[in-house]
Amino acid sequence: MGKILDKLKSGKVLVSDGAWGTFLQAKGLKPGECPESWNLLHPEEVLDIAKRYIEAGADIVETNSFGGNRLKLLHYGLDHQTTEINQRAAELSRKAAGKEKIVIGSVGPTGKILMTGEVTEEELYEAFKEQSIALAKGGVDAIVVETMSDLDEARIAVNAARENTACEIICTMTFEKTMTGEYRTMMGVTPAEMVHTLKKTGLDIIGANCGNGIEGMTFIVKEIRLSDKDIPVLIHANAGMPVYHEGKTVFPETPEQMAAFVPSLVKAGANIIGGCCGTTPQHILRISETIKNL
Amino acid sequence: MEEIYQQIAHCVEFGKINKISPYPPDMKGQDGADELTKYALDNGASPVDVLNRGLVTGMEKIGVKFRENKVFVPQVLMSAKAMNTAMQHLKPYFQSGAVKRKGTFIIGTVVGDLHDIGKNLVSMMVEGSGWEVIDLGTDVKAEKFINATKEHPGSVVGLSALLTTTMVNMEQIVKELHTQAPGTTILIGGAPVTDEFREKIGADFYSPDPQGAVEYLNRMVA
Repeated sequence: MGKILDKLKSGKVLVSDGAWGTFLQAKGLKPGECPESWNLLHPEEVLDIAKRYIEAGADIVETNSFGGNRLKLLHYGLDHQTTEINQRAAELSRKAAGKEKIVIGSVGPTGKILMTGEVTEEELYEAFKEQSIALAKGGVDAIVVETMSDLDEARIAVNAARENTACEIICTMTFEKTMTGEYRTMMGVTPAEMVHTLKKTGLDIIGANCGNGIEGMTFIVKEIRLSDKDIPVLIHANAGMPVYHEGKTVFPETPEQMAAFVPSLVKAGANIIGGCCGTTPQHILRISETIKNL
Repeated sequence: MEEIYQQIAHCVEFGKINKISPYPPDMKGQDGADELTKYALDNGASPVDVLNRGLVTGMEKIGVKFRENKVFVPQVLMSAKAMNTAMQHLKPYFQSGAVKRKGTFIIGTVVGDLHDIGKNLVSMMVEGSGWEVIDLGTDVKAEKFINATKEHPGSVVGLSALLTTTMVNMEQIVKELHTQAPGTTILIGGAPVTDEFREKIGADFYSPDPQGAVEYLNRMVA
């Protein structure tokens, strides 16, 4: 049994980390700059993000590799450094996490669309395989395929990670509330459809990330639980919907506001809770305190 | 001919590209937008009617269904592909002037942002409504938008951003367009964008869905 499933066995709810992209920006990442390039250019800053989340009480920390597949790195002319960038991402988070804490390697979408023929299944598989192997080499415990909206791309990424590494595999998709009140990804996938398709791949943990904030996540977890009552569920929620304020985008939910939704999220069946865009170590600290006091 | 316009519109609405396309499953083996458009034009149909009663009608139907969350991105992409394939047959008529475009729409994803799905959806829906579309791609700087408006006087500009971190770059582009291409109408859109944001940065129109942009553009030239 893998490290995460083993820790979940006791029934304990685990705390994951918060945002990376918006944190890098706060540290000076410029528009148009490749976030993953910081693993090589400013490793001390990347290490600091992972450390701050561990200090805030996270049991699990991600890696700075969300856009680290070769199809995305190509835009920055960094595709030839795909392995180095991902391996370094894993090593930095591992350094912050030590042996005890868990490191999960972030794998985001390629931004290419399968059904229009913009990319083939084989090209996607190879890109995700390459990234997963590099993350595993750098020492991650698990791979988290995240922010997915297309079920085929999610399935291919999960398979590529599972078939080429010994890591535990997590997959989270991004759901938005539709006009009819149900939750679907941009490509129209419901939480139930996600569970149905991805369970066949033999992944370990499923869930949702990003989206419109933590409140709607309870609904999504309930829907996942209707389809499967046992599979561990991970939630990485945004700090609300972004608002524009004096030339900057700001995520409005405070650490206290987010933490207030944690009990209902746990009650609905979430097993691992962390943050996505706009969340900070303070958010993770409050979430961690709330979970401890449940 | 009336029937074939309806068939073309149906193929576009349901994303039936051509005979060999397996999508949608219930139209397998039937002629698609490609064959029907060619057949109609070869048999004396008016290219203006093929465009307006076939392609534009089909795109409008899928655009409305998308706005109402009755279909999602994949269905719209297939419709746009069907429309695009049929549009190839109309190209000579555009070039000869037998069919006129409603206007020129310049679109791009703003600097710092590599996402193109939303931008492509709008681009295809606007083209499918009878406009000429100049797609500048992703990660587009203000200068490129300005140059394009100079090359195509009187054109309308559309700015797209998916990320909360890149939507802020729209403000600078709007400012520079205002000073260097005064009078240009600017539309903005993308997941994190709101009408409040549009007002703050001084753009002309925001729509949460592509069809809203199409309808606004068509009102401009009506």
